[in-house]
Amino acid sequence: MARTYHGTNYTPPDHYAKVTGRARYAEDWRADGMLFAKCMLSPMPHCRVRGKIDATAALAMPGVHAILTQEDLPEHDPLDETCVTNEPLFEGQAILAVAADSEWIAADAIEKIKVDLEPLPFALDPLDSLRPGGPNARRDGNVIVRDTPSEPGKPPKNVVKEQKWTADAFAAAGGARLPDGEAHVEWAIGDVGKGFEEADFVIDRPLYHQSNTHHPLEPRSCMAYWQGGKLFLYPSTQSITITHAVTAASLGVQPQDYVLICEFCGGGFGSKIIGTVNMPIPALLAKKTGRPVMHRVSRYEENYMGRARTGFQAQAKMGFRKDGRLVALDLYLVQDNGPYSIQSDMNSAGAVASLSYQPVNMRFRAVSVLTNTPPRFAQRAPGGAQITAMLEPLLDAAAEKLGVDRLEMRRINAPDSSSKFDGNQGPLTSALVREAIDKTKTLVDWDNVKKLSRQKKGTKVTGVGVALSSYTAGALGFDGLMVLRPDGKLELHTGVGNLGTHSFSDTARTAAEVLDFPWEKVELIWGNTSKGLPWTSVQAGSMTTHSATRAIHAASMDLKKKLQEIAAKDLGGSPDAYEVSNERVHRKGAPGSGMTLAKAAERAIALGGKFDGHELPEDINPYTKGGAQVVVGKGAVGVAKDNYERAGSIYSFVVGFARVEIDTETGDVEIMDYAAVTDCGRVMNPRSLAAQLHGGAIQGFGMALGQKWIFDPQWGQSFTHRFYSARPPSILDVPSVLKADFVNVPDPHTPVGAKGIGEPPIGAGEAALVCAISDALGGHQFGRTPIMLDMILNALEGRPDYYQPFTTLT
Amino acid sequence: MSMIRDMMPGFELFQPATAQDAVALLERYGDDAWALAGGLDTFDWLKDRIKRPRAVVDLGAIESLRGVRAAAGGGLEIGAMTTLTEVSRDASVKESYALLAKAAGLVATPQIRNQGTIGGNVCQDTRCWYYRGGWPCYRAGGNICYADTPASMNREHCVFGASRCVAVNPSDTAGALVALDASMVVLGRGGEKVVKAEEFFIGPAVDITRMTVLRPGEMLTAIRLPAEWAGAHYYFEKARDRQSWDFALVSVAAAMKVEGGTVRDVRLVANSVAPYPMRLKAAEAQVRGKTVDERVAQSAGDIAVRGARPLHQNSFKVPLMRNLVRRAVREATATTTA
Repeated sequence: MARTYHGTNYTPPDHYAKVTGRARYAEDWRADGMLFAKCMLSPMPHCRVRGKIDATAALAMPGVHAILTQEDLPEHDPLDETCVTNEPLFEGQAILAVAADSEWIAADAIEKIKVDLEPLPFALDPLDSLRPGGPNARRDGNVIVRDTPSEPGKPPKNVVKEQKWTADAFAAAGGARLPDGEAHVEWAIGDVGKGFEEADFVIDRPLYHQSNTHHPLEPRSCMAYWQGGKLFLYPSTQSITITHAVTAASLGVQPQDYVLICEFCGGGFGSKIIGTVNMPIPALLAKKTGRPVMHRVSRYEENYMGRARTGFQAQAKMGFRKDGRLVALDLYLVQDNGPYSIQSDMNSAGAVASLSYQPVNMRFRAVSVLTNTPPRFAQRAPGGAQITAMLEPLLDAAAEKLGVDRLEMRRINAPDSSSKFDGNQGPLTSALVREAIDKTKTLVDWDNVKKLSRQKKGTKVTGVGVALSSYTAGALGFDGLMVLRPDGKLELHTGVGNLGTHSFSDTARTAAEVLDFPWEKVELIWGNTSKGLPWTSVQAGSMTTHSATRAIHAASMDLKKKLQEIAAKDLGGSPDAYEVSNERVHRKGAPGSGMTLAKAAERAIALGGKFDGHELPEDINPYTKGGAQVVVGKGAVGVAKDNYERAGSIYSFVVGFARVEIDTETGDVEIMDYAAVTDCGRVMNPRSLAAQLHGGAIQGFGMALGQKWIFDPQWGQSFTHRFYSARPPSILDVPSVLKADFVNVPDPHTPVGAKGIGEPPIGAGEAALVCAISDALGGHQFGRTPIMLDMILNALEGRPDYYQPFTTLT
Repeated sequence: MSMIRDMMPGFELFQPATAQDAVALLERYGDDAWALAGGLDTFDWLKDRIKRPRAVVDLGAIESLRGVRAAAGGGLEIGAMTTLTEVSRDASVKESYALLAKAAGLVATPQIRNQGTIGGNVCQDTRCWYYRGGWPCYRAGGNICYADTPASMNREHCVFGASRCVAVNPSDTAGALVALDASMVVLGRGGEKVVKAEEFFIGPAVDITRMTVLRPGEMLTAIRLPAEWAGAHYYFEKARDRQSWDFALVSVAAAMKVEGGTVRDVRLVANSVAPYPMRLKAAEAQVRGKTVDERVAQSAGDIAVRGARPLHQNSFKVPLMRNLVRRAVREATATTTA
């Protein structure tokens, strides 16, 4: 029987290095003569350097080697965020960096640098910036839009503009709802007005979702040196090949003169998808000084140099039929974009809302407003997590009003494999949501556990909540690369970054399955661009498992075909008469015949041409052609582009369930139980999958219960810049046992059947918890996150809160 | 604001082996000296380059400052450098002063309790983020309180005892020690003096730059728990935003002597509501001499919060404190003595 690896637990190849501490993260690298870089951070949310930076006294200090300022940077788009800047657009942004023998000396040197900073107006609250006369985050405007150029074929361009909504729009809204101002993104399905006319119950709410920092455990430290004209960079990055290809320009090199090494990444959650903004600091200082330079980033700096999720101020109007079906959804999102590039959270939020609830009629509008707060970037289910946590409670309100069971409410509106979604009403590959709901029902004993809803015991009241979360789950069209060596080992080169999810090795197991080859004899090459890597997707957006299994499947099939051809050449007959199993290529049904794969690898070298990589397929990415040079002549080469058909967008789904107890005298929330059930296609690695479902949920609990930014509105200064004040949940904040189950049906549009799973668990955890809290409070909804003790206590006591519906950063 | 953080500037480090040597060093450097216990308050200040002492006196090598021992004349004496984990697990503390063991066990996280000391926990500076962020406020020697404006972020700040500064005392153990009527042993130039816990903690009206009576050149060496309150009825609760690694929004500590269902004596303390752990004397008077029932508990809570003056974001602390006092009165009576 052929080997099956997917679907079973195993020890990934990086495991021992991690648990023994031998794994080297960015900060662990050392090189002879290495200097340390430290940054001067902006003390203001928006300012600019007036006149010249005077570093004379600093550079005269013993042990100080160089300074890096904006003038030292390669050419760049003025809209782009750079590693150091003369016009910081957020507090904590680096103005300059100094390289010295130690961080201690560098810090003292920075204090000796004379910089005259001119304070500039700043904006913290998007709605406030949209008001007539409201502040602009940038000197050139307050909103960022994607302009489609009039010339066909040209890519869309991001443009900063000034936009103010009218005083009349604000006056008409009266503070209790979002003003009906001009949107930049707008689409509709059906006729939303007509939908509301058909509705039996309409709910119309102002909503707020906070911004929050990614805070991966490993900060974005980076080390660099130059050798023989080549840059060697040791960053903390989620992706390898795309980081390597895309960031070369900002480092002032060509990709072929640049080696990127990152074998272990201590998490990113989207904040390190294509490397990090500070990577040029050590690279350019190393060039200036001719010595290796390490830029260590502290937790405080990570809060600023790291990335953050966009926040939303929103208005959601939902119209339901008596039976619970959502017939109309009118959604308006004001996105807190931070100061730089436009974020697509808002677009994803619209897509997810239209997918998860399948509204018969929908209108979606959004605008992205610039603020002087840390830069935004995709954070685990960008847009999806926010919209799920914002809309799921409204489904509960409707379910209660209409007397529909809450799990049933999700089932009634759930998509299936034939559903369409988003503004363009595109198709899906598969959506087994109802199956996931059924499994949830069994796993949590829903019919009994829901009876605990609102039950009081002493000062504790119980709440239960369920939520459906969906998100994209895979890219396509990338390449696979491997070489079967004459020593009988299969050397698999993967461009997948090791960001802590096991996908870098889970996906490699596809090769062992296709070739019926022992996994123990697969040597995985990853995390070092000098070792020859194929063109691979980013490790983000839950793309990896899907895209890399496709690419590795394609390359494995290529290798298999070559092995069959080699056997046919040497032993006669047609290639089709041979098959590959148990480390042999042999005649079908005669496992002992043919030759060993080690022998076939030797023959591949002798045959040359396509067999040992001297000839490469035309359609593979030029990046892969470069990477493949490392394996040319080393054995039988498998290399191919993923050309498998896929008709539809690929999405994964998670149903979350939470049970809480709220102390009615203190407002304290205790999470008693959590369960997650997913449809993510075929299960690759059950242990790792459960970890994704639960880890994501815990991150969602943080957004539901406490993780947020607090800024002084008058001075634009942040207070939530370390782990204590940023309040991510700790392991002591969650139940010791978390439950999981999987639908585990392969997606039919991909050879391995796998869909990604990184994203949707977070929204499921966050929304289920928000719904459970609301349930415990008798259906009281806050319309904002995080829900903290003071809000709950004020609700229980019938006291007013200090915030308004759209108050941000508080 | 400081334009560089997370990098300590240089200082001279001393590691004396005796308390006398430590005090001599603290006195020699005066305002330029910094006493270092577990480091959990210290290192934030130093790494942010906001407090810049010339000399740091590490108390970690002074054996006499560690451990729990029987006090002369009854009760217990706890060395100031005893870790919070040791205090929370010590058999004699748990047996006779479970209130303190509970409070110490709720500080921050297991890791921080392993490193943090009881002396450091009670002497720690306030956590007001304006002040700790290096803002030039009253407490830092300036002439404004940034936390007390109509736009300030002051959800965590005080509802009692403001005097220009609105910061709170954040310590979990301080309230428990006041409730236990503990004494603080202070060593200084003139030798040793003993100060009641209730007087050890001071508000901004007394000295806006300090949280305790300790002056430059002085250090806390030990805490004495009186036999009088050993084995009383206790209650401690800390309301916070996270189940770990969080300071209290409000904490309440209660010690009660109950005889035949009647409260013979009681000490009630709330912390994180004022710049010092606040004795709730009016609520105590409401409970003392009575048989506790729900009505007594309710009225004790109501009386405790009378006079509260919330800031614009923290009015929730009033019902929270009221409810915790009610619960403390209710539950302390119900608990058996250890």
